[in-house]
Amino acid sequence: MLEVAVAKRLSAFEIDAEFSCTTNGIVALFGRSGAGKTSLVNMLAGLLRPDSGRIKIEGVTVFDSSRGLDLPPERRRIGYVFQEGRLFPHMTVRGNLTYGLRRAPTNERRIQLDQIVDLLGLEALLERRPHDLSGGEKQRVALGRALLANPRLLLMDEPLAGLDQARKDEVLPFIERLRDELTIPIVYVSHAMPEIVRLADTMVLMSNGRVEAVGPLDEVTSRLDLRPLTGRYEAGAVLEARVAGQDAAFALTELSFAGGRLWVPRLDLPDGAALRLRIRARDVVLAHARPEGTSVLNVLRCVVKDIGTEEGAEESAQVDLRLDAGGAALWARITRRSLHELGLVPGSEVYALIKAGSIDRYSLGRSTAAGRFFPDAE
Amino acid sequence: MLDLSPLELEALALSLRVALWSVLTSLPVGLLVAWVLARREFFGKSALNAIVHLPLVLPPVVVGYLLLVLLGREGPLGRLLYDLFGVGLPFTWEGAALAAAVMAFPLMVRAMRLSLESVDRRLEAAARTLGAGPAGVFLTITLPLMAPGIVVGALLGFARSLGEFGATITFAANIPGETRTLPLALYTLTQTPGGEGAALRLTALSVALSLAALAASEYTARRLRARIGV
Repeated sequence: MLEVAVAKRLSAFEIDAEFSCTTNGIVALFGRSGAGKTSLVNMLAGLLRPDSGRIKIEGVTVFDSSRGLDLPPERRRIGYVFQEGRLFPHMTVRGNLTYGLRRAPTNERRIQLDQIVDLLGLEALLERRPHDLSGGEKQRVALGRALLANPRLLLMDEPLAGLDQARKDEVLPFIERLRDELTIPIVYVSHAMPEIVRLADTMVLMSNGRVEAVGPLDEVTSRLDLRPLTGRYEAGAVLEARVAGQDAAFALTELSFAGGRLWVPRLDLPDGAALRLRIRARDVVLAHARPEGTSVLNVLRCVVKDIGTEEGAEESAQVDLRLDAGGAALWARITRRSLHELGLVPGSEVYALIKAGSIDRYSLGRSTAAGRFFPDAE
Repeated sequence: MLDLSPLELEALALSLRVALWSVLTSLPVGLLVAWVLARREFFGKSALNAIVHLPLVLPPVVVGYLLLVLLGREGPLGRLLYDLFGVGLPFTWEGAALAAAVMAFPLMVRAMRLSLESVDRRLEAAARTLGAGPAGVFLTITLPLMAPGIVVGALLGFARSLGEFGATITFAANIPGETRTLPLALYTLTQTPGGEGAALRLTALSVALSLAALAASEYTARRLRARIGV
């Protein structure tokens, strides 16, 4: 559990953030550059002192201005993976990894060196020095170092931002593994929606130093009123799904989710495997009636819940609609002319057409929150 | 070249002793001052900075005379020292070391301050999040990272101490076997008729000594930098 209410005046702007959320799985702290995300996590870590407020992390109050309480960072036991790694250049990888471990209370050294070396694949790097590691290797070491301090909470500040796509794909599976294998609460800061969709369960949305929304990832990302903050390109819905079957002959996989069934290009997953997928609003086509003779494999019956209005919407060619597909939220982006010609209003029944190929591998992530949608599972 | 006369050996040994003590005693103080100047904001900081740098711009003789006024038998600090511990610094090799230390101090502080300012404070912050307190961070992160600067500062101080003349001769005088270091011995020879040959030998000795110190410090600093990976 994370309970935060802090105010801080910085030279450029002001932070006035208040939220609380559970810390099961990964909490994403999302916002554009300059929204105050890094300042906020620095306050959680104790590296930046709020002007006023309180911070309570996993039951321990680490800052409370009314009581004059301000635990120094070394007594907060909060791990921090920095964007730039910040490995100690004068130590070997092994020295870096054990720096925090040696300083953790003996009875709280739950996570051990061997385990982390194994989990993050660091065996071959142990005796090397940071300056001859690649960017991806550096971030893996930084991740291991923070974990080995056996923190009560792990902060990750855009740990992939400095890496190219290949390096990102190298590090992401490790983050997923530690999410699934170590039960350590994680706050993951990012402005990259694909990473968040892949990793997070809860989302804290920040803008201009304020927290604008907190909640389950799919709920926050499907709110039309938050669209200006979540971003136009990013617009889409996050669905929790499960593998329902395979069509080997045509190399397709069938998924089931709250709103029905979906075909996607073949996934090498067993039946029943939970996953999360993202359907971009611009990949959804709307029709009045169930279409005949179309190539589209996925046709879902939906109800229009909400029609997006944004600042300057009168001039824009496109409009976003939030749809309800049997309880799951979907987004569709269509032209305003189509909206007009179809005469859609909230409550209208429509069919959402989604090409199987538009749901690509990158939008798939293993879900840890599937129980929310499949109460009967596991 | 290596068969030094007893007088030359005496001057060499004395110079090394004075320079070594000058560096050893001023290093910790210089480190503290460098840290204060680099990391702290306080009232009177520019005054402290000016005082530290004063020996760099004052004529050495003035510094030596000021030391004499302060630490001489009749000086305020000198009398205190004499009454409490029965020691007097003027006209002793310890006094020569002090004069050399004062003259070398600004160079050492400058080198160490520069290296301290180039230490990435974000690394220190990272160490704090890993459970190290401020003292632990200083010992395990800051100090190792500024080590090349400390070596360079120590060498500069050592070289400056070896060459110290004006403050030494004013404060500690030119006493054979006690305060007659290499530069003072060389000066004495140049004042003596027929001393040119011996003066040249001392000059060569000074050059060799300085080159050796320079090479040693370059080597150490390079090895330290390689370890830090910069």
